[in-house]
Amino acid sequence: MEATAEQLRWMYEKMIEIRDYEETMSRVYLEAKLPPKIQKGLAFDIGAGPVPGEMHLAAGQEPVAVGVCAHLRRDDTVVGAHRPHHFAIAKDVDLNAMTAEMFGKATGLGRGKGGHMHLFDPAVKFSCSGIVGAGAPQACGAALAAKKLGTDAVAIAFFGEGAANQGAFHEALNLAALWRLPVVFVVEDNKYGISVEKSASTAIASNADRAVAYGMPGVLVERNDALAVFTAAGEAVARARRGDGPTLIEVKTDRYFGHFQGDPETYRPKGEAKELRQHDPIPALGAVLRARGLLDDAADAALRARVSGRVQAAYDFGRNSPYPEPQDALLHVFAE
Amino acid sequence: MSTNTTTRRLTMAQAISEATAQEMARDPRVFVMGEDVGKYGGIFSATTGLLDQFGPERVMDTPISETGFMGAALGAAAEGLRPISELMFVDFFGVCFDQIYNHIAKNHYMSGGACRYPLVITTGIGGGYNDAAQHSQCLYSIFAHVPGLKVVVPSNAYDAKGLMTTAIRDDNPVVFLYHKGIMGLSWMSYFEGSTNEVPEEQYTIPFGQARVVREGSDVTIVTLSQMVQKSVLAADRLAAEGISAEVLDLRTLVPLDRAAVLKSVQRTGRLLVADEDYLSFGLSGEIAALVAENLDTLRLKAPVRRLAVPDVPIPFSRPLEQFAIPQVDNIVASVRGLMTFKLD
Ligand SMILES: Cc1ncc(C[n+]2csc(CCOP(=O)(O)OP(=O)(O)O)c2C)c(N)n1
Ligand SMILES: [Mg+2]
Repeated sequence: MEATAEQLRWMYEKMIEIRDYEETMSRVYLEAKLPPKIQKGLAFDIGAGPVPGEMHLAAGQEPVAVGVCAHLRRDDTVVGAHRPHHFAIAKDVDLNAMTAEMFGKATGLGRGKGGHMHLFDPAVKFSCSGIVGAGAPQACGAALAAKKLGTDAVAIAFFGEGAANQGAFHEALNLAALWRLPVVFVVEDNKYGISVEKSASTAIASNADRAVAYGMPGVLVERNDALAVFTAAGEAVARARRGDGPTLIEVKTDRYFGHFQGDPETYRPKGEAKELRQHDPIPALGAVLRARGLLDDAADAALRARVSGRVQAAYDFGRNSPYPEPQDALLHVFAE
Repeated sequence: MSTNTTTRRLTMAQAISEATAQEMARDPRVFVMGEDVGKYGGIFSATTGLLDQFGPERVMDTPISETGFMGAALGAAAEGLRPISELMFVDFFGVCFDQIYNHIAKNHYMSGGACRYPLVITTGIGGGYNDAAQHSQCLYSIFAHVPGLKVVVPSNAYDAKGLMTTAIRDDNPVVFLYHKGIMGLSWMSYFEGSTNEVPEEQYTIPFGQARVVREGSDVTIVTLSQMVQKSVLAADRLAAEGISAEVLDLRTLVPLDRAAVLKSVQRTGRLLVADEDYLSFGLSGEIAALVAENLDTLRLKAPVRRLAVPDVPIPFSRPLEQFAIPQVDNIVASVRGLMTFKLD
């Protein structure tokens, strides 16, 4: 499947947006978290600053998000995991409301109740969870609904290679194949589940090989490359939309930051992240666009300025929005 | 405990890993498994140093397969080993609760006492640092609710070491829940009262013995875990106002030191339960019921008060979370409220 000029431009711009978003977050997140502003004796305070709590960034993993979401419509469902920003951005989740949520503001997607691991945007059918492996069966449910309601919408479950050892993953694969659901399971193999290398957590090298055990196609994308993901996902999404059932895709990708911000990363060979950044998928896609005459220096600069304005505006919106009232904590336990 | 013990100030995390290391050195049947317990040393540093000392055979990083390794803990314990199985955050109990609730808790009973399961489940609990609804719960009441699990919830390093040693030596399954906000981590603000003097030597603290952290005569604050540290700060402030609060640290929920609760309330006539778990159907209700069932042995000067999470998931945003989780101010205000009653 050949990407159109429009799809190429979209993927490129989205990758830049994701990267800009994550790099910005890595700086904003650190505000007020380091000495001397925090409790004496601490090196870092996770609960301090304008964006407190855990923060899992996806810089380096952009190809997975854009290569898949390039095939999706607004009414397709995406279920992400604890590292959700790249998927959310690629699914066109409202950037302002998503950012405000991470600042814990009343204007956030969840009015400040959810935070960065719990982003819900029903307008574009996006959700995610901090519980590893939880999303795969939920995507099956969305796909089941599409089938029952007679639409040709599809559902995507994105999760890490670590999640593929969770029971929920295996149950979801069997359900999806048994019921021939329009769902695509996309495993991001960034080599680590926190500190544990894939080789130390998974008995086989490729999760794509597990697909055969459940009676569905398994595809391994061996390069952290947007077009390679685009090709694999295009077939899988088309297959699902046709009613031919699920696919399991595993993509080898790279995590540039620590597992979470503040991760000492002592388990990682020194300089590994720096080395990974040498194979940045964004300029690689940029080169493809240039070769096709879709991009030049001026257009690139204009695009980057546009994206950066959008990202900055979202951060400003989040920062400047009001906090919810404390007693709003009592609202929304049940639907009225 | 001998009189010439050497003590050092340890964080609760250091105390737990030291207790584990000493027991592993003493007993070759003890081993540790869980996510990131090896090279990383535990996300909350409860296993720091163990891999270097004991190697990967006895300190095993697991896949993210909680049902797998909780079930494996049971199976290994049945064979006479003494596993310590770490559930990184208690919130993840959902993915492995069948093994814990229907098997680890009940197999001894269902076997008529024929089988034993000497294992410890360690797990991080608590909020206060904006980790939201899936990473901030306490949930100890849920573990205490099912018969067959001993439940330990320490508030400081000294207790944590002694209780952890007892937990590993116990022939029953023990759930050992440490609050993240008293572990003394370098990356999360914590209540400093939780870091204290800990003997180098091994020692045990028996289960079912609450500790009077601070004596008082006007009101009893029954509490546990991080809330002990908050209650002590509240008691300081109340003392300045002339109110004498007794702070009782339960230390273990199963077994529960009912006698200590009653003894204190008999003296003070006022009870506040300060709890970080959900309000309804949990610990605070249990303590209130205990007092209600013993009204023939004590005279209350005020109705029982409960402070707990007001039956909402833990919200992310700082003002919401600070509202949902009882704070020092709330303890102070609740006690003041208790002092205004006149029951007779
Ligand atoms: C059920 C459950 N177990 C453990 C965790 C703690 N945890 C959060 S992320 C993570 C690693 C996930 O690895 P992977 O699935 O590869 O995703 P990545 O972080 O690499 O994107 C773990 C163990 C969790 N959130 N939920
Ligand atoms: Mg991973």
